[in-house]
Amino acid sequence: MYLIRESVALNSEVTKMVVEAPEIARKVLPGQFVMMRIDEQGERIPLTVNDADPQAGSVTIIFQAVGATTIRLASLHAGDALLDFAGPLGRPTDLKGAKRACVIGGGLGTAIAYPQAKWLFEQGSEVDVITGFRTKDLILLSDELAQVSTRLIVMTDDGSNGNKGLVTEALSRRIEEGADYDLVLAVGPLIMMKFVAATTRPYGIKTLVSMNPLMIDGTGMCGGCRVKVGDSYRHACVDGPDFDGHQIDFDDAMRRAALYRPQEQQAKDHECRLQQEANR
Amino acid sequence: MMSTDVNRSKVKTPVAEQDPTARAKNFDEVCLGYTLEEAHEEALRCLHCPDEPCTKGCPVSVPISAFIQALAEEDPARAYATVKSVNSLPAICGRVCPQENQCEGACTRGRKGEPVAVGRLERFVADWAPGHQQEAHAAIEALGHKVSPEVAALAASKSVAVVGSGPASLACASELAKCGVQVTVFEALHRAGGVLTYGIPEFRLPKDLVAREIAAIEATGAHFELNSFIGKLYSIEELMDERGFDAVFIGTGAGLPSYLGIEGEGLNGVSVANELLARVNLMKAYLFPHYETPVHVGKHCVVVGGGNVAMDAARTARRLGAEVTVVYRRSREEMPARVEEVDHAEEEGVSFHMLANPVRALGDDAGWICGLECLEMKLGEPDASGRRRPEPIEGSAFTMECDMLVVAVGSSSNPLIAETTEGLDTSGRGLIVADDETGATSIPGVFAGGDAVSGAATVILAMGAGKRAAKGIAGYLGL
Repeated sequence: MYLIRESVALNSEVTKMVVEAPEIARKVLPGQFVMMRIDEQGERIPLTVNDADPQAGSVTIIFQAVGATTIRLASLHAGDALLDFAGPLGRPTDLKGAKRACVIGGGLGTAIAYPQAKWLFEQGSEVDVITGFRTKDLILLSDELAQVSTRLIVMTDDGSNGNKGLVTEALSRRIEEGADYDLVLAVGPLIMMKFVAATTRPYGIKTLVSMNPLMIDGTGMCGGCRVKVGDSYRHACVDGPDFDGHQIDFDDAMRRAALYRPQEQQAKDHECRLQQEANR
Repeated sequence: MMSTDVNRSKVKTPVAEQDPTARAKNFDEVCLGYTLEEAHEEALRCLHCPDEPCTKGCPVSVPISAFIQALAEEDPARAYATVKSVNSLPAICGRVCPQENQCEGACTRGRKGEPVAVGRLERFVADWAPGHQQEAHAAIEALGHKVSPEVAALAASKSVAVVGSGPASLACASELAKCGVQVTVFEALHRAGGVLTYGIPEFRLPKDLVAREIAAIEATGAHFELNSFIGKLYSIEELMDERGFDAVFIGTGAGLPSYLGIEGEGLNGVSVANELLARVNLMKAYLFPHYETPVHVGKHCVVVGGGNVAMDAARTARRLGAEVTVVYRRSREEMPARVEEVDHAEEEGVSFHMLANPVRALGDDAGWICGLECLEMKLGEPDASGRRRPEPIEGSAFTMECDMLVVAVGSSSNPLIAETTEGLDTSGRGLIVADDETGATSIPGVFAGGDAVSGAATVILAMGAGKRAAKGIAGYLGL
């Protein structure tokens, strides 16, 4: 069992959880993920590591309550425990050599992009961070990101923070202003990553995207997480989760992401019913 | 009947099985096993040939004549202890070994009629034991050979890391733990057993039973660390340097799936067998939504392949409610699957389309598979495997209805350990190079065996390799 040391709601949808996992905390690198299972009936789900503290022996995950498992996970408290927590999985993000990077996070992707920005900043790189949210109440990690970036630009879809627009608009603007990026890293919804890649393509800027497909074992065994890169399929769990954004077939990835949507809805309804009954 | 009279029956004592119609709708075990009376009757069919061809045919050399003799004498405790002395997983081997190619294939009775049902008898003694633990334990004590205090003290000072917890690793861990070595088994998934747990379905190998066999190995002193993916959490080098293990055994199997490489393989509704089986066996998706992992089930499922994994996938899809057709590019005779598995699948309503090969998966507007285009094949000259090579027949293209495609065309070794272990020699196919007899690899103190070395094979061959490596490791440790 893996003890939950801390669980904090960052906004109405997103929860930050600190889990006791000393071995993983010592080994994990930016971009890597864990596979977790709440209990015997639970699904195994991949969650990218947000932060780790080797001294304290803890790993931080940040997740959005969107499906049955994450809704249930969000209902757990400090002192509860997770049955399984395995990692670090996947390849660390290849950030070496980047001098002028732009790290882009969309929604929850901001939490996943944080360790990359931090690592780059600590290596002495210039780091622009662009984050995007639907509205200002959902803005995440601005204080944390401000500390590990040269420049932080926070966008909202509805302009409620006074900065209306998409992350791609901010990115285009920065490129036009002369930001000579040698690396763009995008973490967020597939549609966002698709358009970030489309934005950087004409400039030939190296662009990495973090794929988060369906996954079961996370060890390269089941092929559930295959993503189309160029002409071939690769396993996001062992070959990724980061890939060259200019090679990824995002339409294929979006189609595959919808594979289990009816069952996900069914499981979510089931979970919501259980929680309502429990609260009654 | 006196216990020494030979039972002259030319056929095996029949064994009870779940009715095919009923079992095609449930995940309960198909074969129900012998009763004590039936086991006794079957044991009396053994001629106890002095040269023991059956034992020679067994990859772990179970003393078959001796255990069957004990059964014939109505002493199941001794029979159990005899099997267990060389085979740490008898309940599993009794169920999934291809006995027809091994012990039973070599049985003298098989020359005129059916061989002695060694597999069913092994399963019987293994299943008998949990209900008679004291007797079983006493019999093991009586048979056990004592280790000298010096060797025991030396063994207790040595520690071995076993990577993976499938058949090869379990056999290796069990042998070393029995010697008194401190053994730690590292498993990447949340449950031990490797392919026994994620791959082979419940109806062929109940998971409670796998857990019981593993618990028995734990009881001998082996320690299991689950959720520990070696190559990521620790490298092999770190296991030895940071964790201080004196030796390492790599038994990581052949978990990497192969694909057909045809157009449309990325469509929704297409998976490899590993995914279907992992969802159903490891995650219990057949109990969705009580268990939260879902599994896609189509109306018309096509399984491509002719091996045991293909049969497992077909029978699993059948139980989930699909109409299932197995497509195989050769003919029934060339199928690598066990005859029993093919027969069971057929009884359960699985159809077979032999001599056909998929060339393209067709998708609908939403990106879901809706058909499978195949070519009819004919058999040409024998290839390197000795089987006649399938060749496409020109102009024979036809389309099958298909909204669920399961690809079961083999698997290869997971490359992670090889990639993360400097100095570990591998072959062209990514298999670890290890000595046949000792399991020694190119790195001193690092041993390997099972599918990670041989490529995808059987449970019992992996166990044999694990046992030999345990001896190799004991030798390396000076035991």
